[in-house]
Amino acid sequence: MATLDTPRPAAAPLFAGLTFRTWGLLALVLLFVAAAVLPFSLTNFRLSQVTLVIIYSIALLGLNILTGFNGQISLGHGAFFAIGGYTTAILLTKVTGIPYWATVPIAGVISAGVGFLVGWPALRLEGLYLALATFALAVATPQILKYKAWDDWTGGVQGINLDKPGAPFGLPLNRDQWLFYFCFAWAVVAFVIGWNLLRGRTGRAMVAVRDHPIAAATMGVNTARYKTLTFGVSAMLTGVAGSLAALWTEFVSPDSFDVFLSIRFLIGIVIGGVGSIPGVVFGAFFIVIVPNWASDLSNWVQTLALPGFLSRILVLLSSPQVLFGMALIICVALLPGGFGGIIRWLLRVIERDAATPTRPPS
Amino acid sequence: MRNTLCLTAAALVLAAMSASAADTPGVTATEIKIGNTMPYSGPASSYGIIGKTEAAFFKMVNEQGGVAGHKIDFISADDSYSPPKTVEQVKKLVEEEGVAFMFNTLGTPPNTAIEKYLNEHKVPQLFVATGADKWGDYKDFPWTIGFQPSYRTEAQIYAKYILKNKPNAKIAVLYQNDDFGKDYVIGLKDALGDKYAKMVVKEASYEATDPTIDTQIIALQGSGADTLITAAIPKFAAQTIRKVHDIGWKPLHFMTNVSISVGAVMTPAGPENGIGIISANYGKDPTDPTWKNDAGLNQWRDFMTKNMPGADLTDANYVYGYGAALTMLQVLKQCNGDFSRANVMKQAANLKDFSLPTLLPGIKVNTSPTNYHPITQMQLQKWDGKTWVLFGDVISGTGA
Amino acid sequence: MPACFAMPGTELLHQVLSGIANGGIYASVALALVMIYQATHHVNFAQGEMAMFSTYIALLLINLGLPYWVAFFLTLVFAFVFGLGIERLVVRWFNASPVLSVVAVFIGLLLIINGAAGAEFDYTIKPFPSPFPSNAWYGSPFMSSHEVGMISVTLIVLAAVFVFFRFTPLGLAMRAAAQNPASSRLVGVRVGWMLALGWGLAGLIGAVAGMMAAHVVYLEPNMMSGILLYGFAAALIGGIDNPWGAALGGPIVGVLENLAGACIGTELKLSVALVTIIGVLTVRPSGLFGRTLVTRV
Repeated sequence: MATLDTPRPAAAPLFAGLTFRTWGLLALVLLFVAAAVLPFSLTNFRLSQVTLVIIYSIALLGLNILTGFNGQISLGHGAFFAIGGYTTAILLTKVTGIPYWATVPIAGVISAGVGFLVGWPALRLEGLYLALATFALAVATPQILKYKAWDDWTGGVQGINLDKPGAPFGLPLNRDQWLFYFCFAWAVVAFVIGWNLLRGRTGRAMVAVRDHPIAAATMGVNTARYKTLTFGVSAMLTGVAGSLAALWTEFVSPDSFDVFLSIRFLIGIVIGGVGSIPGVVFGAFFIVIVPNWASDLSNWVQTLALPGFLSRILVLLSSPQVLFGMALIICVALLPGGFGGIIRWLLRVIERDAATPTRPPS
Repeated sequence: MRNTLCLTAAALVLAAMSASAADTPGVTATEIKIGNTMPYSGPASSYGIIGKTEAAFFKMVNEQGGVAGHKIDFISADDSYSPPKTVEQVKKLVEEEGVAFMFNTLGTPPNTAIEKYLNEHKVPQLFVATGADKWGDYKDFPWTIGFQPSYRTEAQIYAKYILKNKPNAKIAVLYQNDDFGKDYVIGLKDALGDKYAKMVVKEASYEATDPTIDTQIIALQGSGADTLITAAIPKFAAQTIRKVHDIGWKPLHFMTNVSISVGAVMTPAGPENGIGIISANYGKDPTDPTWKNDAGLNQWRDFMTKNMPGADLTDANYVYGYGAALTMLQVLKQCNGDFSRANVMKQAANLKDFSLPTLLPGIKVNTSPTNYHPITQMQLQKWDGKTWVLFGDVISGTGA
Repeated sequence: MPACFAMPGTELLHQVLSGIANGGIYASVALALVMIYQATHHVNFAQGEMAMFSTYIALLLINLGLPYWVAFFLTLVFAFVFGLGIERLVVRWFNASPVLSVVAVFIGLLLIINGAAGAEFDYTIKPFPSPFPSNAWYGSPFMSSHEVGMISVTLIVLAAVFVFFRFTPLGLAMRAAAQNPASSRLVGVRVGWMLALGWGLAGLIGAVAGMMAAHVVYLEPNMMSGILLYGFAAALIGGIDNPWGAALGGPIVGVLENLAGACIGTELKLSVALVTIIGVLTVRPSGLFGRTLVTRV
């Protein structure tokens, strides 16, 4: 993987006399400034859409660590999203005295535990078979959620309504604005964890297990340990996202966690870029916002007086499923790195262009 | 610095509050914005017809001059029957489009997801398109009002019929494992009381994702039951009718009102396989020859030919949408020009013996501040192999 | 659990027979999955949707007034070309891609076919005729004539598959291409087209399953989603590289489904498939009748 080991020309000035590192820092600062002012420059609805993108980014980060970096394909991450969401919903409504912010890490820990356990049987399943087993898990998730043995806790088919938290310390923020900051903060934590994990020794081991399992084992990497560990971390992040999503929706129910949710996660990482950390944000944007555009487009097409077959084809193409399906195949075919690949490519081009003139003639 | 910030914020909040008290959200001098969600895509999309009918209806109202000088801007969004999507769309409708209220949002899970949000923001959630019993909870959710008879009421009616006509029945229940199916079990328990445990010999549930209900039907037959109550959506209702026939079981069969469509259930199941099935209805079935020259349904047919040419006139969803939209129009008329959210809600809970041309004779729409179940009456009907034949009187459910 | 032991003999027999009949559908789906797996070592997630789409074509043909069996065989031709076309136009480009890409492409196909069917044919259920008259002599309260017919058709398909691979040169070439593409190419087998042929046959077998199932579960765009899961389970139980195993796996899963439904309760019927899949994969990945594969390092 190019991201992990390409040495950066650390001191070489990139642009306008600033180094790569400085540019990176500037971009980060810009991101935080943007996050700080966003809640006051967007309508509540737009803001909550951005919040949703952030939440899905965390979930996709979780899946990408497992599938992108460790090579274990999961089509069932909706299940961990559900565990996170239900943990928060149950803690907030059935258990008194737990503040909402504390339910998020608890959801993460519980999801991590379940993920770790699921990771053990997953060890015996190679690529395709794991995809198959997790696909079955995704299909069965709603009926497991509403099973009568635990419907005192889960609310059965009715699901659970909960409250969106208000801003603390009397901050002059409405609930949507506060939830944005809250989710943003969690995203920062999640991305820092993900980044550090993947850039370090663990990350290298994960990738080695993906690319050359046997060689990795020979070199002393405990493949079983890393695989189950990755499963746990991945489930944890997705669970955290599920917990935040429950606060966002103020509702959890079995119907919210159907197989299509898990499939959307897969679409997200493929579009965003398998094995790309910044890519997940694009992936999240794609699965949250693009369907709305598609449906607007479809409504607009229907108002046009196009010849029958043409408008039929356009309506067909703008149906979310067809759109997602096409995007998925086209992306795999033409853009195997997804958006993350484009970013990487752009960075490399900039770097090269910046580096060329300063390189001493040989 | 901090103080000024707080002050500004407080001033903003105050300004916002006074603004909302003075005018009425979603209403301008010439327009009322009404929000709605429907599954236009996905497996439940056949219900989307209801939203399209309502849109056509309000368009017609506008062409005729609107209500009290106001045109109706009916904004209907697609939620694919997915609760998180409904939340997203309703937020958009309330906060971005600024609708005055929501009307006839479809489906129990989607409505459950938005009920709390709408009540907190005091946005009326009028005449929800679901038969769950919980939509009459005027104490906890004063801004949410139901519409059609609840599944629970319907189950009570079947149970009363059984107690009267077949007191020694051994009952089997097949239900979908969700709100819809479970309401029937609750309704039966209401009406059978202590006798439930004795009379109901077997319950079986299925999941909407199951391929078949064969196991369940065989197990129900094996229990020795002579009466079957089926609370299933059309696909499984049709499977049930045929399987019961194929295995040579001849129970007294009650079928949920959800699955009485001739085109979507009875014909696929084989019309002769369903002879003798009993169900209950509150609206006029457009395929029933009884209403061929009925003035009320002719009013609907007239509307359809003028405003929705080419539509399939055997689909009862068009009748449903027309009836719901007429009810909405009545509420707006009663508002007398005051379209504030509070007054709209007040008038929605103030319908007195309102007649809908699409309802069976004798069935009226009634609401009050302590009755959020607009329609509570039904009449039994029996399938004769070609059509549903009404029998008996109009029965009032207990109204829960 | 007690419900299980208290079950009267007739009910037990009935549940088993009904399970075997549904197992016929699962077996056909499993057989289609095996066809593709044998040729390309892929598991086709879109198999069910392909079958569903072909069944809609069959219904269109029947509605045009064609007799059932004419429509049936025309649909098989369509399904064959459909499967072949998907392989040639889409899947072939990904034969050398990582597993994730292949899975993503299959999921993409699943979404496109399902969404297109929904947009084109809507989601209301459509009755699909059975070629077996309901008053036929082989019908009984225990097994309807359609169920008996369904099992017979499955057996015929299985026999045809066996004859094709065992006794025809084309079948031999296909097997060769799947087992050793490089050597096959050297002796003049057009490996690419053999893979496409595998897809075409899988599409055809799937269409048989779809047309048989549609009479029971009614035709709608999601008709195959539950069935596909049981098809996976059946294929895995039998060993995913073994047509005989798939044919046996179907009835096993069908009976298991019914008995679990009657004993444990019907709320978790799909989870039975889930547990079966995970159980087989972790305990005996080669299935009950499959060959054990040894990975070469």
